[in-house]
Amino acid sequence: MTDWPILSTVTFLPMVGVLLLVFTRDDTDDGRQNVMIISLITTIITFLLSLVVWYGFDGTSADYQMVEQYYWLGKGISYHIGVDGLSVMFVVLATFLMPFGVLTSWKAITLHAREYMIAFLILEVLIVGVFVSMDLVLFYVFFEASLIPMFLIIGVWGGPRRIYASMKFFLYTLAGSVFMLVGILVMYAEVGTTSIPVLLAYKFSPEMQYWLFLAFFLSFAVKVPMWPFHTWLPDAHVEAPTAGSVDLAALLLKFGGYGFLRFSLPMFPLASDYFTPMILTLSVIAIIYASLVALMQTDIKKMIAYSSVAHMGYVTMAIFAVNQQGLHGAIFQMLSHGVISGALFLCVGIVYERTHTRNIGDYGGLVHRMPKYALAFLIFTMANVGLPGTSAFVGEFLATVGVFRVSVWTAFFATTGVVLSAAYMLWLYRRMIFGQAKSPLMQGLVDISFREHCIVWPLIVVTIFFGIYPAPVFDASAATVDRIVTNYHAAIQAVATAAQAAN
Amino acid sequence: MTPELLSQSLQFALPEIILAVGALVLLMMGVFIGEKANQLISGLSIALLAVVGLLITVSTGNGEAFGGAFIVDPFARFMKVAAIAGSIFALAMSAVQGKAMQLDKIEYPVLLVISTLGMLLLISANDLIAFYLGLELMSLALYVVAAFNRDSLRSTEAGLKYFVLGALSSGMLLYGMSLVYGFTGNTGFQEIATVLSSETRGLGLVFGMVFMLAGACFKISAVPFHMWTPDVYEGAPTPVTAFFAAGPKIAAMAILIRLTSETFLPIIADWRQIIVFVAIASMALGSFAAVGQKNIKRLMAYSSIGHMGFALVGLSAGSESGVSGVALYMLIYMMMSFGTFACIMSMRRPDGTYVEEIDELAGLFARKPFMAVVLTAQMFSMAGIPPLAGFFAKYYVFLAAVEAGLFTLAVVGFLMSVVAAYYYLRIVKLMWFDEPKGEFERTPGELRFIFGISGLLITTYILYGGPIGSAADAAARSFF
Repeated sequence: MTDWPILSTVTFLPMVGVLLLVFTRDDTDDGRQNVMIISLITTIITFLLSLVVWYGFDGTSADYQMVEQYYWLGKGISYHIGVDGLSVMFVVLATFLMPFGVLTSWKAITLHAREYMIAFLILEVLIVGVFVSMDLVLFYVFFEASLIPMFLIIGVWGGPRRIYASMKFFLYTLAGSVFMLVGILVMYAEVGTTSIPVLLAYKFSPEMQYWLFLAFFLSFAVKVPMWPFHTWLPDAHVEAPTAGSVDLAALLLKFGGYGFLRFSLPMFPLASDYFTPMILTLSVIAIIYASLVALMQTDIKKMIAYSSVAHMGYVTMAIFAVNQQGLHGAIFQMLSHGVISGALFLCVGIVYERTHTRNIGDYGGLVHRMPKYALAFLIFTMANVGLPGTSAFVGEFLATVGVFRVSVWTAFFATTGVVLSAAYMLWLYRRMIFGQAKSPLMQGLVDISFREHCIVWPLIVVTIFFGIYPAPVFDASAATVDRIVTNYHAAIQAVATAAQAAN
Repeated sequence: MTPELLSQSLQFALPEIILAVGALVLLMMGVFIGEKANQLISGLSIALLAVVGLLITVSTGNGEAFGGAFIVDPFARFMKVAAIAGSIFALAMSAVQGKAMQLDKIEYPVLLVISTLGMLLLISANDLIAFYLGLELMSLALYVVAAFNRDSLRSTEAGLKYFVLGALSSGMLLYGMSLVYGFTGNTGFQEIATVLSSETRGLGLVFGMVFMLAGACFKISAVPFHMWTPDVYEGAPTPVTAFFAAGPKIAAMAILIRLTSETFLPIIADWRQIIVFVAIASMALGSFAAVGQKNIKRLMAYSSIGHMGFALVGLSAGSESGVSGVALYMLIYMMMSFGTFACIMSMRRPDGTYVEEIDELAGLFARKPFMAVVLTAQMFSMAGIPPLAGFFAKYYVFLAAVEAGLFTLAVVGFLMSVVAAYYYLRIVKLMWFDEPKGEFERTPGELRFIFGISGLLITTYILYGGPIGSAADAAARSFF
């Protein structure tokens, strides 16, 4: 069992589902049912296997574990995968959310259901692949390839402006990523390998660090997205089908934060230190600006999209605080935002399936017709606000504490974001759930079905469980976070000492 | 020449000799059996090319033949196999639908074989005269096949245009050669290189080199020598266009590599600025001009101009990894382009007429899912999106540029690839997101097989990329 390549299995298992789907028909109702069942079983098995990875992961070690390395392209580029404290939880998050994506598509996708699920499962492979890659080229391949299924998911199964949204999404992110590719080429030309552990140990010259940092920054900032690179996100979210929005908000956005933690901080510490004020400023602008914009939205999905921008602002801010609290907060906030934003999009999907409108003004009085839904939505609303007892509180609190130790003013302005998020979320809740129905679309609504119970309850349990008992996540990432923080400050200290000695 | 040297020379040139004799035998067969032998000759031509390709793959000896005019090295083998593969696929395509395209004449396959022979000689040329002979043998056959559909105004226009401009470029090439010969006193590539490295280069020699590069750039259709490409691509019958896109470009790129990386390597500073300019101009024109195209064959013409620009990025490095990257780029470009043209050939109305408007692809995914998936993979691959083959092609050429310190070139190139991604995405968008327009005829199984192979090759490159990359590296070591 110890020799079994468990990580490759988790990564590529959905391809088995894809193969089965290729031989399934989806032109009848039974066929579609089969498509969904195959996809659901595949994603659930993948999730269970990822739990095995988590269980087998030794949190006391900061090293890569369950490493697999095979010959791939030669010349220092190999198929090299493994997990460490940074990535193990993201693998679990990715596989955890996928079954909900299948469940929410069960009735919503009627056209080309098979192709939809194929794209969806391929996307799962690519997302998990990003988090387990230990080779930069492999990382880039997974990172960039995820654009293809997402482009098709938005473009084929999306809303009225899907074409504009999918094109913008693709070209915007591609334009950002090519700079990272130049960066990767420069690093390869310098070091002669793209193995991440080797690159982590390599000391790049300060000047080189600045350029490489900027190259990687452009790519990750678009992906996070940081203000002012965020404009693709609301469009993509609004037009994407529910499962697409879930993947986008919960997982694809995390590539950016993960990239900062994996590459920018450890590989370019001097540049990170140099650019920290800029990033803190951009993060604070993102938090306040995106929250204000969210306040004025009339489309539910757009509001949640802007709320995502604001919440990711906490993440980038906390990452560049570079202390234990900040990094723990950033990782936890990313995981928690993954669950909560995913859950919010799923909740929107549940009512959208019934009413086919996302206009907040059309809603009202849902509590009378869908009381169970109102309860579930309440919990996620509160979680998004960051109420103590939910996982978001832990993340935001730690993130703010981490930043407070570095810059009091940043923390001060960031905290206003919490107030603003309470404003827009509670206002949204009041307008949707309370009052009277304002549109004939609200007639004859039925409360959530068994399938939808299966979607919301596990997410509620996770949100509250990790809000009360976050230790499992911290245990997994503690050693890795310690090492990143120690190495980062050591690198900066070394340069400061050298400068002093020179004087 | 002593008998031993002669027999050794013949041994090195054995694949080319087999091909030449085979082409003549096929021609004779065609003359004696008549028009009904058409299918047979097509099949035999493919078999002949396959045998020669196999022979080249398994052969191992390296050396020079015919007094240094002909060279066999790993680089020549790599490029020859790529060129032959491109020719085989183009021939197979025309065999499938030759009748509908008025290509069912016995001369057609024979001309393609002769043109392929010209490519092989060009790739192995090690001497100015051998270079010119190989190039002309290849091109003369190409002029004829471009105008092969002689009842079509567009096809004859394409042939004439190609011929006139081709003749002009040959003139420039010859003029350049004469200058180079005049200033170095040698026609052999190595001898010229030796002279160049031992003495300071004269201005006249640089003139000669510029003219020679212009002639070669014309054949790979790099800007500013690209004007013929869109018209010829559009006018020539589709299988002929598919043929143009693969073999001749590989052969011309091979000689360009040999010229820059061997003959003129001592004066790299002189040619590098030219290649960098041509690369940037080609990438920019290929990317921007393709955006407005409505005809898919014209679009492919601009796309090929852009691709040649990307390949030249690797060449401008003037290093081992650069040559390896360009060789790999040409191979992968060949894999992508024959599949795309096979898809274009499948755009046929039920009444038998071929359509070339890009808009006709609307809703293809709903009507022909397999073809749509393959064409989507081609488009993403051409745009350079991983995990498809096109990404790795771009990766290695840009890596070479970065290693050589050409950062601006790399950044400009990547930005151009984003612009180019737009028009590839537009095709994907049409196929997947739009409502179906007209009906297409059922695609013949052979054609599906051909683009299926191409789709398989570019999607699974990620699995077999290692050995291919090592082969390209071994090829590049021929020079450095």
